[in-house]
Amino acid sequence: MSPFSPASLAAASFLLLALVLTSLFVGVSDVTVGGLVQGDAHAREILLASRIPRTLALVLAGMGMAVGGLIMQMLARNRFVEPSTVGTVDSATLGMLVMMLVAPGASVMVKMLVAALFALAGTALFLRILRTIPLRSTLMVPLVGIMLGGVIGAATTFLAFRFDLLQSIGAWTTGDFSIVLRGRYELLWIVAGLTALAYLAADRFTVAGLGQEFTTNLGLNHRRVLSLGLAIIALVSAAVVVTVGTIPFLGLIVPNVVSMMMGDNIRRSLPWVGLIGAGLVLICDIGGRLIIYPFEIPIGTMMGVIGAVFFLFLLLRRNARVA
Amino acid sequence: MIEIEKVTKSYGETVVVDDISITLPSGGVTSIIGPNGAGKSTLLSMIGRLLSPDAGSIQVDGLDVSKTPSDVLARRLSLLRQDNHMAARLTVRDLVTFGRYPYSKGRYTVEDERHVGDALRFLGLEACADRFLDELSGGQRQRAFVAMVMCQNTDYVLLDEPLNNLDIKHAVEIMRLVRRAADEFRKTVIVVLHDINMASAYSDHIIAMKNGRIVAHGAMQEVIQQDLLSEIYETQIAVESLNGRRIAVY
Repeated sequence: MSPFSPASLAAASFLLLALVLTSLFVGVSDVTVGGLVQGDAHAREILLASRIPRTLALVLAGMGMAVGGLIMQMLARNRFVEPSTVGTVDSATLGMLVMMLVAPGASVMVKMLVAALFALAGTALFLRILRTIPLRSTLMVPLVGIMLGGVIGAATTFLAFRFDLLQSIGAWTTGDFSIVLRGRYELLWIVAGLTALAYLAADRFTVAGLGQEFTTNLGLNHRRVLSLGLAIIALVSAAVVVTVGTIPFLGLIVPNVVSMMMGDNIRRSLPWVGLIGAGLVLICDIGGRLIIYPFEIPIGTMMGVIGAVFFLFLLLRRNARVA
Repeated sequence: MIEIEKVTKSYGETVVVDDISITLPSGGVTSIIGPNGAGKSTLLSMIGRLLSPDAGSIQVDGLDVSKTPSDVLARRLSLLRQDNHMAARLTVRDLVTFGRYPYSKGRYTVEDERHVGDALRFLGLEACADRFLDELSGGQRQRAFVAMVMCQNTDYVLLDEPLNNLDIKHAVEIMRLVRRAADEFRKTVIVVLHDINMASAYSDHIIAMKNGRIVAHGAMQEVIQQDLLSEIYETQIAVESLNGRRIAVY
């Protein structure tokens, strides 16, 4: 049996389910299976209003950001990019800030769509810059992205500083699931739809990962595949930033691990990327809730630490292979 | 039949393909030769609609390549470029299977599987079908790409310097396969080559290009001529006959 057969995918799904159940019963308030069975009204309310929404948000955001990273890596044909390192997330944050200034009363949905438009523009700008750089060395690509993200982030910070909104920025740039309550996360269901769409178009993204000429030779319109991918990435990033804030490195780590293990045929790897993304976010969040119990470490921090170590590992491993 | 009519392409000030008109016959192997910068690859890319000409038109079996839907063309003509730098990790079988994409758009049928199996067998890749491309040698990888193009099962196969970076053994292997594709499967193969002797040994027709223009074209014997080649390559080239083959000595 191959380690990536449907059977092992089912086994991994069970593991994820176990993590989901763990997440439901970890926290400061006492929620136990026994209490729920006996009809503990308080525990029931905590479960419905906080634990279930938080856990669903974790699964959806984790899945979405990992899949977004995968698609971006195929479109940019580079292993080192993901929405939070190429300016996508920074652009979405800028979009949110602009909405706070221009139309603070707008609905969350409208704010998210505007943030998605900014994210789309930012990512398109990144790909545009890539095309004009003659020497596309592997490491140049993420560097350009980080610089672009830095520039957009600086503009955002400046604006926020002028209008005294630095605190709001903080909420979007550091992922935190402790704020997730019933009624404040439902936007993330969009991510589930987008992931399904990405799965339907999986072959197109694999082909796009083989390059523009390959794509054209097989009769596909490269520009159209690119636009579809960008739209998915932008909407996912915007939905996640608006509801829970940035989760750094997730879109980098997960697709790379999956690629090392089973290659880049997205039809096969996408379910794994989504599953592992959700699982990793759950593990980080549960860990964050337990390490300094009864306080919490935000997931952005947890993931930042793990992600930075992994990013270094990737860079050094690649260099070792080239040398 | 490929009809090229008054096709021009320039990059900035430089004219790379200069007002070319030619009709390429169906069937057999046609080689395009010429010095660096002659416009060979650019012409091939325009036939394969990877580049669009600045002026003129190209028709493949009466279909204008710039107007025909891309997926229709993908079932008529396939093109393999010289630089197949891959960022994506795929197995040989996955890559070859993508050759069926123009037909099944991802929903692969039993017939697609048969084509994939045939292509893998034809290129002798069955043993490494489930290995990743980045684990293969240069020769094996090039064969995998050719297998994908074969799997696309098009009447016209365009290959842009398929022998680049291959040693003699693998280069000869590829050219023999090209020959078989033309002889057994009745494909029209158009191949850009740098090695004149490879061109003379394996092709039926030869097109010689220089400075964006076609200097000579015709049956192999007509183009592999001492004076002609010397002039094209600006180098003294002697052409000898050896066992019925025409060998250029330089």
